[in-house]
Amino acid sequence: MTVMKTASKARRRAITMGVLFLLFALAILILFTPGVEQGQKTTFAFSEARSESFVIGNLVFATRFGLYLMAALCAFAGAWQLAKGFEHVNVVLGIVAGFFVVAFLTWAARGQSMNLTGMARSSLLRAIPITLAALSGVMCERSGVINIGIEGMMLMGAFLSAVTGSLGRSVWAGLFGAMLGGALMAGLLAILAIRYKVDQVIAGTAINILATGLTSYLSSRYLQSGSLNSPPTFRPVPVPLLSRIPIIGPAVFNHTVPVYLTMILVVLIQVMLYYTRWGLRTRAVGEHPQAADTLGVNVFKIRYINVLLGGVVAGLGGAYLVLSSVARFDELMTAGKGFIGLAAMIFGKWNPVGALGSSLIFGFADSLQTRLAILAVPIPSQFLLMAPYLVTMVVLAGVVGQSRAPAADGVPYEKE
Amino acid sequence: MGNQEVEDPRTGNAQEHQGETGEAPEGGPSQAGRRGRFRGLVLPAMAIITALIIGALFIAITDESVYEAFRDGIGQGIVRAFLVIGRAYGAFYVGAFGNPVQIVRAIFSGSSTQILRAIYPITETLRIATPYIFAGLAVAFGFQGGLFNIGAEGQYFVAGLTSVFVGYSLRGVPQIIHLPLALLAGMVGGALWAAIPGYLKGKTGAHEVINTIMMNYIAFRLAEFMLDVGGPMARGDGRPVSPDIQPSAYLPQFFPNRIDLRVNLGIVLALAVAWLVWWLLYKTTLGYEIRTVGLNPRAARYAGMNVPRTILVTMAISGALAGLSAATDILGVLHFMPNAFYSGYGFDAIALALLGKSHPGGVVLASLLFGALRAGARNMQGIARVPIDITSVLQGLIIVFIAAPEIIRMIYRLRQPVKGEMLTLTRGWG
Repeated sequence: MTVMKTASKARRRAITMGVLFLLFALAILILFTPGVEQGQKTTFAFSEARSESFVIGNLVFATRFGLYLMAALCAFAGAWQLAKGFEHVNVVLGIVAGFFVVAFLTWAARGQSMNLTGMARSSLLRAIPITLAALSGVMCERSGVINIGIEGMMLMGAFLSAVTGSLGRSVWAGLFGAMLGGALMAGLLAILAIRYKVDQVIAGTAINILATGLTSYLSSRYLQSGSLNSPPTFRPVPVPLLSRIPIIGPAVFNHTVPVYLTMILVVLIQVMLYYTRWGLRTRAVGEHPQAADTLGVNVFKIRYINVLLGGVVAGLGGAYLVLSSVARFDELMTAGKGFIGLAAMIFGKWNPVGALGSSLIFGFADSLQTRLAILAVPIPSQFLLMAPYLVTMVVLAGVVGQSRAPAADGVPYEKE
Repeated sequence: MGNQEVEDPRTGNAQEHQGETGEAPEGGPSQAGRRGRFRGLVLPAMAIITALIIGALFIAITDESVYEAFRDGIGQGIVRAFLVIGRAYGAFYVGAFGNPVQIVRAIFSGSSTQILRAIYPITETLRIATPYIFAGLAVAFGFQGGLFNIGAEGQYFVAGLTSVFVGYSLRGVPQIIHLPLALLAGMVGGALWAAIPGYLKGKTGAHEVINTIMMNYIAFRLAEFMLDVGGPMARGDGRPVSPDIQPSAYLPQFFPNRIDLRVNLGIVLALAVAWLVWWLLYKTTLGYEIRTVGLNPRAARYAGMNVPRTILVTMAISGALAGLSAATDILGVLHFMPNAFYSGYGFDAIALALLGKSHPGGVVLASLLFGALRAGARNMQGIARVPIDITSVLQGLIIVFIAAPEIIRMIYRLRQPVKGEMLTLTRGWG
């Protein structure tokens, strides 16, 4: 009976997905096409004015044509899903959502030009702090410690990076300070969560409040004069050869060191988590600490290490905010990026590469709203900014596949 | 419903609750009435005192005049440090409770203007405590039902929107109707905003912590959209604020001819609601169900309770309480809603609920303390030049010490408690 139940459930889900794809097509036709005037054209530009990469021609096409094409693709996917069914329906959902976004951009840029390379570039830049925050969450939660204090760790990292960067007159000193700041807050979380077995959500909340208070207090005491709050900033370092690839080059390979560092960290943590002894132990401790302990893994040690490393990564996220452009610490400058990172972690299914992917989506939504303001699109930017949070809630509700936390996440370990 | 004898969901014995319901279900029957009740106050008191001591050290360490004095000698340095701390906490006390000498003198002078001026700090403490009580009750109510409502901040914003809308859009309605309607609008706004994560939790098991955080940010954007210049609820004079509410929606101030004494009927409402919450939790079937679900949802289900529905109701009531904090703030003090006002109540409320051990009475006491902290810190910043953010440091420390009582026990060498006194308020992401 349960088998039948799950079978009918899967069937219902398949049909829902097909209908959803068709609705996407319908939405494109209803929402976007009426606003398009006869003969209007959309221009997607690919090269940045200042880049010296091979110049690629702009893509110019009739807006109507673009919209109809995207609607047709969505409708085709929907029909196929209803008739035959896709094997990896979630992947198709992503692709169809992509079609919808392209249609949206086509409509938004009608009669005008939109620089897609610049867009990709700014999406990536905005995704970096979110990615680091999400990676911090992955590190901690994979070992079974909920980290809601990412925001506080980032804030402390940002604060100390401004101070040490100013004192040492060096971006590297700033990076070091940030790692230290994040680790300090993470150390507190680790002691509270592992040693004192405090409710981890509450420990994280305490860290957020404490970090907010400490950094705001100290900054109004010491950082107003400026000598302690004027760190240098990273300069872009184009990667030789790679940065000359059209489109991808300027978008991905012409950035500051922290951006590359983040990308390397994503790959590194992904590989470490799934292909090294440390990773296996971490995952074991996060899923079934008793079993890991029986096999001789020191649960507490693994958790301490992971939480501290998570703090270091979160601190880097704070440093990025300070050392990449603004070159100063401002009170509450993280502005919720730690919490968005938490969402990205869940959206990315507790997986480093997934975290990067979802951070990119969040970064895209963020950069899209500034572009739309320039294009004078009559959609309030606030609604676009809501999108990542809404998507997270939808994902969490299990509509788009399950995102499952490590089994022992948030459960203090007590040695028998 | 009604005034029935309420059983302890944990032991099945009909016994009086002492606000220890935030603790682990396996805690067993609490050992003794009177001494246990007294001991319940020791830890919070110790936590507050310890936080204040660390805060004092922090103030001294970050004061340059202390370092200069230490250069002249250790004795002078220590004296200077105590002076700095004394001045800071002195200003703090005066800001929170008034200058005792001035109060006594004013009372003897018999002049009402002087008395009012002398008790101004106390009225400010009460005014700030009002939204705190509601927000603290909101989070505490969630804790009682096993839910961690981090979304009080977002519920505050949405409730602010609904409440201010009723406040300024209804015209020519007598106060006796308009004011309750505006309050109700705030409650409904907060309740609806909180009910969504509650529904999702009950229906899909999606963790309310993440969902309420997400709803917070959605609420911020919503408020920004509504109140931004040119937005649907903006005043229309180029400022990102809502129109002023009608005087008929004002929560009456106690001293109508002294505008600066902003304490209003809200504080009475807050105390009444705190009692109501206590009654609901400990004297009604619904409260019993909520606490049972909070302690052990599986047992609640076997006992025939509708767990998803109870979760939904718990969140809705919690949101309504958070909504009241916004409504009283706007109807009693601000009289309009500004854009992007970061209230901070949502996060402070977590500290309040913890400090009050999720018991309505405890929350009221904790809120009065926090009201005093904020009122005092403002004076401390003005007179002793100590940044106001010291309150966040103190609050963070208080949460740490309350959540990890072992630290306090270690410092003061207190006796180890009966097993299972640890706080388990939330469960994993689930």
